[in-house]
Amino acid sequence: MSRAGMHDAAREDLAPLRTEAEAASYLGGDTSLKAWLTTTDHKRIAILYLITITCFFAIAAVAAALIRLELLTPQADLLSAEGYNRAFTIHGIIMVWFFLIPSIPNVFGNFLIPLMIGARDLAFPRLNLASWYIFVFGGLFTLAAIVFGGVDTGWTFYTPLSSTYANGNVVLALAAVFIAGWSSILTGVNFIVTIHKLRAPGMTWGRLPLFVWTHYATALILVLATPVLTVTLLLVAAERIFGLGIFNPALGGDPLLFQHLFWFYSHPAVYIMVLPAMGVVSELVPAAAHKKLFGYWFVAYSTLAIAFLGFLVWGHHMFVSGESMYASTIFSFLSLIVAVPSAIKVYNWTATLYKGSIALNAPFLFAMGFIGLFVMGGLTGLMLALLAIDVHVHDTYFVVAHFHYIMVGGAVTAFLGAAHFWWPKMFGRMYNEVWGRISAVLIFVGFNVTFFPQFLLGYMGMPRRYHVYPPEFQTLHDISTAGAGLLGLGYLLPLIYFLYSFRHGEPAPVNPWDATGLEWTVPSPPPEHNFEETPIVLRDPYDYPLSHDSSLR
Amino acid sequence: MLKLLGLDLPEASAHAAHVDTLIGAFTVLILLLAGPVIVLMFAFGIRYRRGKQVNREHAPNRNVALEVSWTIVPFLLILGFFIVSAKMFFTIHEPPADAMSISVVAKQWMWKFQHPEGQAEIDTLHVPVGQAIKLTMTSQDVIHSLYIPALRLKQDVLPGRYTQLWFTADRPGTYHLFCAEFCGLDHATMGGSFVVLPPAAYARWLAAQASGGSLATAGGALYRRLGCGACHGSDDTARAPRLTGLYGSTVTLAGGQRVVADDQYLHDAILDPNAQETAGYKPIMPTYRGVIGEEEAMQLVAYIRSLKSVPEERR
Repeated sequence: MSRAGMHDAAREDLAPLRTEAEAASYLGGDTSLKAWLTTTDHKRIAILYLITITCFFAIAAVAAALIRLELLTPQADLLSAEGYNRAFTIHGIIMVWFFLIPSIPNVFGNFLIPLMIGARDLAFPRLNLASWYIFVFGGLFTLAAIVFGGVDTGWTFYTPLSSTYANGNVVLALAAVFIAGWSSILTGVNFIVTIHKLRAPGMTWGRLPLFVWTHYATALILVLATPVLTVTLLLVAAERIFGLGIFNPALGGDPLLFQHLFWFYSHPAVYIMVLPAMGVVSELVPAAAHKKLFGYWFVAYSTLAIAFLGFLVWGHHMFVSGESMYASTIFSFLSLIVAVPSAIKVYNWTATLYKGSIALNAPFLFAMGFIGLFVMGGLTGLMLALLAIDVHVHDTYFVVAHFHYIMVGGAVTAFLGAAHFWWPKMFGRMYNEVWGRISAVLIFVGFNVTFFPQFLLGYMGMPRRYHVYPPEFQTLHDISTAGAGLLGLGYLLPLIYFLYSFRHGEPAPVNPWDATGLEWTVPSPPPEHNFEETPIVLRDPYDYPLSHDSSLR
Repeated sequence: MLKLLGLDLPEASAHAAHVDTLIGAFTVLILLLAGPVIVLMFAFGIRYRRGKQVNREHAPNRNVALEVSWTIVPFLLILGFFIVSAKMFFTIHEPPADAMSISVVAKQWMWKFQHPEGQAEIDTLHVPVGQAIKLTMTSQDVIHSLYIPALRLKQDVLPGRYTQLWFTADRPGTYHLFCAEFCGLDHATMGGSFVVLPPAAYARWLAAQASGGSLATAGGALYRRLGCGACHGSDDTARAPRLTGLYGSTVTLAGGQRVVADDQYLHDAILDPNAQETAGYKPIMPTYRGVIGEEEAMQLVAYIRSLKSVPEERR
């Protein structure tokens, strides 16, 4: 059958479901699997990422469910020590490197950056596809590590446990993260070049949406920090396979070197995960309030400040590690400084609402959820940056709660906010708004019920990575597990109504939220080449109200 | 609130009480900083919801004075906390000179504590109330972390390195003792009890324990068994440096570098002698890594330390 024939057949099959706009968009055209797997269209690559990371999220969520169920009782009932250690290791490795790091940048950044800056595609479309293939290749190594029996080092791979003593498939897991790191680096390079070189005429740095600013900062971190991780993992593998003495003192290595190298990447990596989330919220809040973002330049520069400071605070993970007391003191001080740019953002989002015209829709509720959870996560982070408090709560559930507030409460909530905001643009369909709001509220409540008790557990002295624990901790663990059930339901709902919208959703207008931004000037879903002609940007970002400007409708 | 849930974390030292005060005060600061954001978010969301008739004239979109003040004020408040907590951190890193020394060796998955007179115990640590205790800790394999929540203290325990933890427990009782750094399969069960006893009860407990002699005595026996004296024992110091008076002195290394002969130096000099050659000596000492474990290394170090005050005839 000729390609044209296949194409027609596909179109006939889907004819009742497909609007004309969809047929004319990037979703139309050649819809064969081969066309999707060889596409260089940033929008299709974004969808490939969306499907891939959703699968990884599901696997890691199953591991999380096993962990929470095991912790219902103080004894080991569901999982053995070995099973539990493998469950939390897989949960961590997949959630960090195969969901959170690529989540917002590779799905929404990929899809939206060219649209937002008035470009036809990213600067290097083939590199973009290559980075997805590399990511999937890395993912296969992770799956192999699980299938062949798992790995039990924790996602942090601390040496000499990982390099000498652990029994699992450590090398496979190291290879998986090593490979995924290359994907990150390529994406970072692509974003940096795109944002520098492909902005439409008139799209000055002062007119860039903050989503693009935050992705620019994120891309810088990806390019500067990831190589340190990849080299470090290579060294761990070298020690494990060849017995080279790098980290294990018994072989002449340094027991703390790994932690310095690992956190030199992994603290900035926290900002890889949360800066794009801040970018999303900086779009959602003005769009919901129909008001210019308060303090544009403060928010933009605070983004760069966070990216820069992120490189100077890695030692705060090591206050009790045996690091010098003076080094710890300096790292504590620098970590507290990160509060300044973070607070600037939160206060500016709140101030944007003042005298706005606020639509209490699903994207806005997710944005509010993000702010609430991020504030809680950020302020408890300051507690951890205070030396004397950290000595008590380090390596306890307090830390677990803190980083889940940032990573899950922050990054995942913003990811869902972005999905609800840009879904109509990406797929040309509206989802059920009421279910969207229900899910936003359910996730917020479920999240807090799951993770707030963990702050208390941590203060009480419950260490992390324990599958058995003293009985007095059981009540709090049980509340947490119950919350996880709610949270899981909250995450399942969007999957259902988003999939439902493919068939039954109302066709989305060009600009359903009456939002500013070039992405809302192209059809929903956008055509393959984005803009019919290169747009010329004459207006500031978030230039509300739009009512007088019919051209943007 | 925690007490309502039936949870109460005991404060077994003055430091623990200080940490609780700091946490309580910072919780108040969190409420002060986060409260307005949460309240205003709800208030604005309701007051300015779309469709509601309300004055929206002259909506500001920048205000430098406001930006600067909400940047500076919280930061200064936090800075106050930084200073207090750093002071406490310095204190827990500076043991008093009269602290009683207990040595700790961690291995997958047990803790071994050895008291000054040689009494050893596994997974449980008995200490007298009111006495400053200094733990000198090392690991036989991976990184562990000694965590006693009732003291609000933890310290990682590293292979190949000595770390310290000191405290004065001031409330008798039995408390949790955990490993806080993930150390492999049985990490979750690597722990036991921290028992604080009144001095008389501690003395009785000590007396009831078998003792193989003090660390230094055990080290002396080991010194003879390994035949260290063949090189180090002779008065002729041509082959090896003398050990008497070595502890605490300054040693010049072959590279010209000068180091103080402390516990860590002696440990490394025994297990990896060629890494730090003493100036004027050939690197002929064999390594004792694999021959002796961390416990024996600690005994040898204690023996060499004891040679500081007691002259020649002890050899």
